[in-house]
Amino acid sequence: MPFPTRISSPMAEFSIDRFVDRYAARAAGMTASEVRALFAVASRPEVVSLAGGMPFVQALPDDQVADVARAVLAEHGDVALQYGGGQGSVGLRERLVMLMAEEDIDADPDDVVVTTGAQQALDLLGKLFIDPGDVIAVEAPAYVGALTAFGSYQPRFLPIEIDEDGMLVEQLEQALVRGERPTFVYTVPNFGNPAGVTMSGQRRRQLVALCREASIPIVEDNPYGLLRFEGRAEACLRTLDPENVIYLGTVSKTFSPGVRVGWALGEQSVVQRLVLAKESADLCSSNLTMLMTEHWFSDDARWRGTLAGLVETYRSRRDVMLNALEEHLAGEATWTRPGGGFYVWVTVPDWLDTKALLAAAVERQVAYVPGTAFYPDGRGANQMRLAFCYPTEERIREGVARLGSLIHDETELYRSLGG
Amino acid sequence: MRVAIVAGGRTPERDVSLRGGHRIATALASLGHETWTVDPAERKLVESLRERPPDLCWLALHGKEGEDGTVQRLLDLEAVPYTGTRAFDCELTFDKVLAKDVLRRAGVPTPDWVVIEGSALRDLGAGASLPTAIERIGLPCVVKPSRSGSALGVAVVERAADLASAVMAALSYSDAALVERRVSGTEVAAAAIGAPLESLPLVEVAPKDGVYDYGARYTAGATDYWAPARLEPAVAAEASNAATMASEVLAIRSIGRVDLIVDDRGQPWVLEGNVSPGMTDTSLVPMAAAAAGLSMAQLCDRIIQASNSP
Repeated sequence: MPFPTRISSPMAEFSIDRFVDRYAARAAGMTASEVRALFAVASRPEVVSLAGGMPFVQALPDDQVADVARAVLAEHGDVALQYGGGQGSVGLRERLVMLMAEEDIDADPDDVVVTTGAQQALDLLGKLFIDPGDVIAVEAPAYVGALTAFGSYQPRFLPIEIDEDGMLVEQLEQALVRGERPTFVYTVPNFGNPAGVTMSGQRRRQLVALCREASIPIVEDNPYGLLRFEGRAEACLRTLDPENVIYLGTVSKTFSPGVRVGWALGEQSVVQRLVLAKESADLCSSNLTMLMTEHWFSDDARWRGTLAGLVETYRSRRDVMLNALEEHLAGEATWTRPGGGFYVWVTVPDWLDTKALLAAAVERQVAYVPGTAFYPDGRGANQMRLAFCYPTEERIREGVARLGSLIHDETELYRSLGG
Repeated sequence: MRVAIVAGGRTPERDVSLRGGHRIATALASLGHETWTVDPAERKLVESLRERPPDLCWLALHGKEGEDGTVQRLLDLEAVPYTGTRAFDCELTFDKVLAKDVLRRAGVPTPDWVVIEGSALRDLGAGASLPTAIERIGLPCVVKPSRSGSALGVAVVERAADLASAVMAALSYSDAALVERRVSGTEVAAAAIGAPLESLPLVEVAPKDGVYDYGARYTAGATDYWAPARLEPAVAAEASNAATMASEVLAIRSIGRVDLIVDDRGQPWVLEGNVSPGMTDTSLVPMAAAAAGLSMAQLCDRIIQASNSP
């Protein structure tokens, strides 16, 4: 009999991954998962996906976007097709300052660094601030992309629960009393992902005061602030404490995620380091898409008109989803009522595992994101995120009806098991 | 030969199927065959096959439709030759409830089990029988969907209180849940190819986290594999014999894999048979073939030849 060969060993004659012993510890969490496998099916057209948070780019006037692209290439082709500066073009940064002014943020273009989507800003902040074992305070639930971006730098997460007024700041305060010293606090205060919750004015002031006193920086991620359906905007954390808040923005929701334009706004000391980190990551953002974005936002009527149309579409879809939930899930689940953004957060009875249920959901041609994805500590098994941004109103109605019927059947099944 | 590789489909193993299908296509192309991929989720299968009739369909689908005899019956009707096991035997093997019964009747050792049907829970009050299931099978036990693959929906239950949620999770994938005695020992996969079936070396499966779940199967490096398995020669021979018996009883043809656990006393227990085993770069059949000195192309060639034999 031949001598046994350990197939995963790099010395083996036949290796399934010759680098298996070479990966960094931070790559340990990058594994295949059942949920990903199910999403491969959920992307089929017959499945109503309430899972992905894709902006409804079909609403963009494509002839006008094409005009912008043509103008950029015709008038600035030599710049558009060349490398750019690490901080991003001045013209674009001025436009981004104008966008932030829409939410009463007073900023200087010199304090802005353009990133490849706000997602890159999350990664760069992780690179700058997080040593292995550092504590990062996050909302529970939190944006999964932030958890994975920061997670690469091996922090320990400190989850702070939320209610309908956002982060429970007193929990953070209690953690500080216990001796926790977060490197920073990460929050999405407006129409957060995944919960759709907005932090109240009082909580904002509490958070800013607490963090200032404890010298803990705040990372304020605000992708959805301009997608407001109703009510009055609360002051941004950055406005409340410009020195202690690093602010992240993006045009992915107000214009297009395809241009990959996001930004960070911070004190000069942070911005300078972010620029160096950005240059080592990808040298610079795309001049072509930076110029397109700058031009897009240079026509006031165009971008405001387009955004108003998007907000109206999302508002209407939110209403349809909330009505459908009321019709099909009343008494069997609870959910948030977002005043803007993309998401509704649904809580089902605690015996129902939304991750296990996803296969049956996909079988019935509806998909969602199971809640555990949004917690660093395994919580959220009886929660799910539903996105109303992309599917049409008819598909949202159908999807929620399928989900309601499934949960109803699961309830029957549970009762039959003696529950 | 003109070979249509049928891969993809609408099951959770879609991605695994497409990855395996791509490797098969590359191997067959290197042998000079004309290949193309047909994805039944992209276009109706019959339409695709009639537009471009193949000499042979290589069935690289996994899960329902691909492994439960549905596609095979359709190809029988269309008179298109295909790789692997015949329709009825696919249906039998894919359904763990039926397959285990058949194996036990034939004297093949398989861990004790009971079945909880979704319809029996809903209509017949089977929920009251859960404590009986625990009494009969003992703890820990393994709860599996009766008709699913890649360990999707599988859970190890240590406490009686967790059985109900594990059954519900399994029923998310299938209409019946199998509650099986958990055998601890060495997990091995016995691949067999050709006509008549020829056993490849046993591959030992040692997941680093202890459980051979979906992540451990499809994340390169998450599981250590040993080929041949590190078993005493007599124990390995007995495990091979059990696998061969299982393949014969289930009438597996041209390519198949039998999964077993060899307990601490050297007794092999057959867990299940697979009529469409994975062919990705982390899959067991290509590993077993490599341990036998067969390249992916040689492996595929043997399967093609076997599929052409009566």
